[in-house]
Amino acid sequence: MALTLEQVRHVATLARLSLTPEEEQRFTTQLSAVLDAVEQLQSLDVEAVEPTSHATLTSSRLREDVTRPSLPPEKSLANAPAKSDTSFAVPKIIE
Amino acid sequence: MPVSDFQPVIGLEVHAQLLTQSKIFCGCSTAFGAEPNRNTCPVCLGMPGVLPVLNQRVAEFAVRTGLALECTIRPTSVWSRKNYFYPDLPKGYQITQFDQPICEHGRLVIDTPQGEKSIRILRIHMEEDAGKSVHDAGGGQSLVDLNRAGVPLLEIVSQPDLRDADEAVEYLKAMRDVLVYLGVNDGNLEEGSFRCDANVSVMPKGSTTFGQRCELKNLNSFRFLKQAIEYEIARQVDVIESGGKVVQETRLWDVNKGVTRSMRSKEEAHDYRYFPEPDLPPLHVSAEAIDAAAKALPELPRAKLQRFTRQYGLPAYDARILTAERPLADYFEACAGHYKDYKKLSNWFLGELMRLLKEEGTPLSALRFTPAQLGELLGAVDQGMVSANAGKDVLGEMFRTGKAPSDIIAEKGLAQVSDTGAIEAVVDDILAKNAGEIEKYRAGKKQVFGFFVGQVMRAMKGKGNPALVNELLKKKLGD
Amino acid sequence: MQLTDLTMLELAAKLAAGEASSEEATRASLARIQQVDPKVRAFLRVDEAGALAAARASDARRKSGSPASALDGVPLGLKDIFLTEGVETTAGSRILEGFVPPYDATVVRLLKEAGLPLVGKLNMDEFAMGSSNESSAFFPSHNPWDVARTPGGSSGGSAAAVAAREVFGALGTDTGGSIRQPAALTNTVGLKPTYGRVSRFGVIAFASSLDQPGPMTRTVADAAALLQVIARPDAQDATSADAPVPDYSADLEAGVRGLKLGVPREYFTEGMDPEVEAAVREALREYERLGATLVDVSLPHTKYALATYYLIAPAEASSNLARYDGVRFGLRAKDARSLRDVYALTREQGFGAEVKRRIMLGTFALSSGYYDAHYLRAQKVRTLIREDFTRAFQQVDALLSPTSPVPAFKLGEKVEDPLSMYLMDIYTLPCNLAGLPGLSVPCGFTKAGLPVGLQILGRPFDEAGLLRIARAYEREHDFFHRSAPL
Ligand SMILES: [Mg+2]
Ligand SMILES: [Zn+2]
Repeated sequence: MALTLEQVRHVATLARLSLTPEEEQRFTTQLSAVLDAVEQLQSLDVEAVEPTSHATLTSSRLREDVTRPSLPPEKSLANAPAKSDTSFAVPKIIE
Repeated sequence: MPVSDFQPVIGLEVHAQLLTQSKIFCGCSTAFGAEPNRNTCPVCLGMPGVLPVLNQRVAEFAVRTGLALECTIRPTSVWSRKNYFYPDLPKGYQITQFDQPICEHGRLVIDTPQGEKSIRILRIHMEEDAGKSVHDAGGGQSLVDLNRAGVPLLEIVSQPDLRDADEAVEYLKAMRDVLVYLGVNDGNLEEGSFRCDANVSVMPKGSTTFGQRCELKNLNSFRFLKQAIEYEIARQVDVIESGGKVVQETRLWDVNKGVTRSMRSKEEAHDYRYFPEPDLPPLHVSAEAIDAAAKALPELPRAKLQRFTRQYGLPAYDARILTAERPLADYFEACAGHYKDYKKLSNWFLGELMRLLKEEGTPLSALRFTPAQLGELLGAVDQGMVSANAGKDVLGEMFRTGKAPSDIIAEKGLAQVSDTGAIEAVVDDILAKNAGEIEKYRAGKKQVFGFFVGQVMRAMKGKGNPALVNELLKKKLGD
Repeated sequence: MQLTDLTMLELAAKLAAGEASSEEATRASLARIQQVDPKVRAFLRVDEAGALAAARASDARRKSGSPASALDGVPLGLKDIFLTEGVETTAGSRILEGFVPPYDATVVRLLKEAGLPLVGKLNMDEFAMGSSNESSAFFPSHNPWDVARTPGGSSGGSAAAVAAREVFGALGTDTGGSIRQPAALTNTVGLKPTYGRVSRFGVIAFASSLDQPGPMTRTVADAAALLQVIARPDAQDATSADAPVPDYSADLEAGVRGLKLGVPREYFTEGMDPEVEAAVREALREYERLGATLVDVSLPHTKYALATYYLIAPAEASSNLARYDGVRFGLRAKDARSLRDVYALTREQGFGAEVKRRIMLGTFALSSGYYDAHYLRAQKVRTLIREDFTRAFQQVDALLSPTSPVPAFKLGEKVEDPLSMYLMDIYTLPCNLAGLPGLSVPCGFTKAGLPVGLQILGRPFDEAGLLRIARAYEREHDFFHRSAPL
């Protein structure tokens, strides 16, 4: 299927990517080509087929409800691009 | 059409923080009030490479709650990712349940002026909480604290079966009682560990098609829930009356202005792109585990209330207060094993005991006397060994010191005088001193009788057995 | 003969006999890196101090007669997708430049506990998305057999480093062939274990339901020994398997007599390089000579695997990569003034073209209105592909095929054509969709001297079987003795 430029922009917004006009164009072409290639799946009858979302269907491994040491805040924040005391900082969120 | 020509339709979404020690997918503490980001680790910070592992108690609590709310428990439930960007959502997605939640199709019965009403529960699912952002921290910044990120929540979604604000409040109270009874939640609306959003719409009475709904947020007290719903109903009716259309949106309850207002920033098209969480295999709950959980289920508030009225012959008013919290109900039952006049026992609970607990800020668990001792005290009052009034003082002393009631009565000399000779002497003395009052009494002014009782009791420092005092006075006054 | 020419097990034997020290081996490895890496460019980062400290600690253990494991002291390289506490980890991306993890991946911890010095972090396609190493944000690695060519991807740096004898072995990850294809292109052994056999905790996620770490070595026996160290159930990975871990070296020399080996029709089709086909067919005949029976089998849904993969993997990736948002770690765009900019500009500047393309594709496949037709349908076809394998394994013990349809191609050759690049994985990615183990073992060279790989696919948790089958063939040839012309 051919994607429109509008669709590409919408998807970029959802994905929080600020594409350049040139990228928008290129992705429109390239993604359309990939979507054309995956079109072949539409020819299969999968009505009665269960989806596979996990490669193994082992039962979930659970943990006991016990606390374990957290990181010291200076480690939690060691890689933060911006911080204030022990909080991560971002430009003001506008509600 | 006036408001009364419209039928409101309300559904509630409750988010209840589960009372676990550790977070849902990592070992960080769920404790409230720590320094920002003190309770964080690579997993709940959403660092590269981390994976979630489910806290088994979360599943246990979900099953327990589902059973209490008469839900069907799914033997296999599936985790999903809800994708959106927000600074307090570390991974860029919330791990939640979507199309295959752990519990479905339950109900919760509430009381309405028209009688009992069953509110259907659509679903209950488990999910992780987000962190907290302080929006205006100065310097054009917002600050992000991820201590709460990964705290386990149950989301309980009702069907739109509620028809006015009072029903909504009743439902939320009943829900809170159930969750607190189950020990899965602390029921604290103010601190946000028990939260509620309301979906509100209106339609003309008699219609079967629901109107467009709005989602109300920031309802952190029962009062706000009621006010916000009532405001919103009136607003929607207004919109329709003036020829407009209600638009589906999220609206915030503004506590200061007493209005709901649109959260425009949240209006941009959300597309959460739910898909099964590949890092967590589906959760299997065995039939045996469900059976065991069902057997271990405590008696729920409503059933307990009904039993209290039946078994102890209490008025609904008493039973409701006594069963509002499980520890109080349990304590009442323990005392009822030692004292059989249940209504009188209830009176002491609702009066003196609750007053003391409240005044002293003592939890029931810290009471220093035993149910047997309380029973002993009430027995002593019944037998006239101590007056009802003195009994209250004894209870206060038991409360503070934990001493046995008999010791307190003896120490303080509170024992009631039931010796007829002793009382008669005092009565004679009082009558001798008040010839004038006797005249009035005999002339028909019967209220003077109270005056004599008072005088006798005062002379006896309150320890005269009131029944005997009355009896002797009446005899001497020639009635 | 230099120390670096030894296999892992040969070196381990020398260390055990006291004929070499881990420090010597580690210094030899570091010297070799200094000598050839300017041409190969396998390393993003060398941790000389860390490796030497670990080597000395290993020597002390050996001296006191208490080695931590059979491989104690054998220097190793890590794909830069494995988190290493205190050592920068980038997954080949600008967005993680300067990111210093506060914890070790489970497999890194296991390697450290087993006493293996970790020499450095190896180049890779950005977030493991690619088949040529060219999507690395930093530089492409080169194939030691012809430095004008790619070593494959995404674990291209790992393959190149092992082939160039810069390290004795390495760990890679395989989402659609990222261990096996570079192994095939560099005359090395690459094993993708069964999904869940090796912990993914601390491994930067590309596509969570497909990713699996595994060994990349010069010999089959080395792969078995390295797998032995890292195959372990992990309480921190809910998808890790509880299946018992066998002794992978026990049956290594047991041969293939009596085994039934399937030859899937759909893996020998047009588009394959004739020299690759010739080498693989010769290998098949070899197996017959060694006593195995070849069985013609069909995996009818193979032709849908590529499309299925290119919906599922990007969908999962689009979500996995949402955490790179400029808030808690990694890059934040310098010119970001608003929260929206922090997200959109950071991600725009931090991700490369291939990563963006897959995020876009995955976001689209999951988006409202397209989910059922794309993502959900792909998951259903995934079931059909799994069932193909299940049926095949009722008839045969393992499947044989080429690993890559072509030998190493020239750097720059396919960069502009994503679809032709995606075709590189057609023989490897069905195995990931089905969660099966797969192995690539060297099976000769083209006339131009480029390596060719034979792929062996097996039943779930039959890594031992794959190793044994690969070893039976390896024993008959000297391919692994040949060293790249550097
Ligand atoms: Mg929710
Ligand atoms: Zn944590």
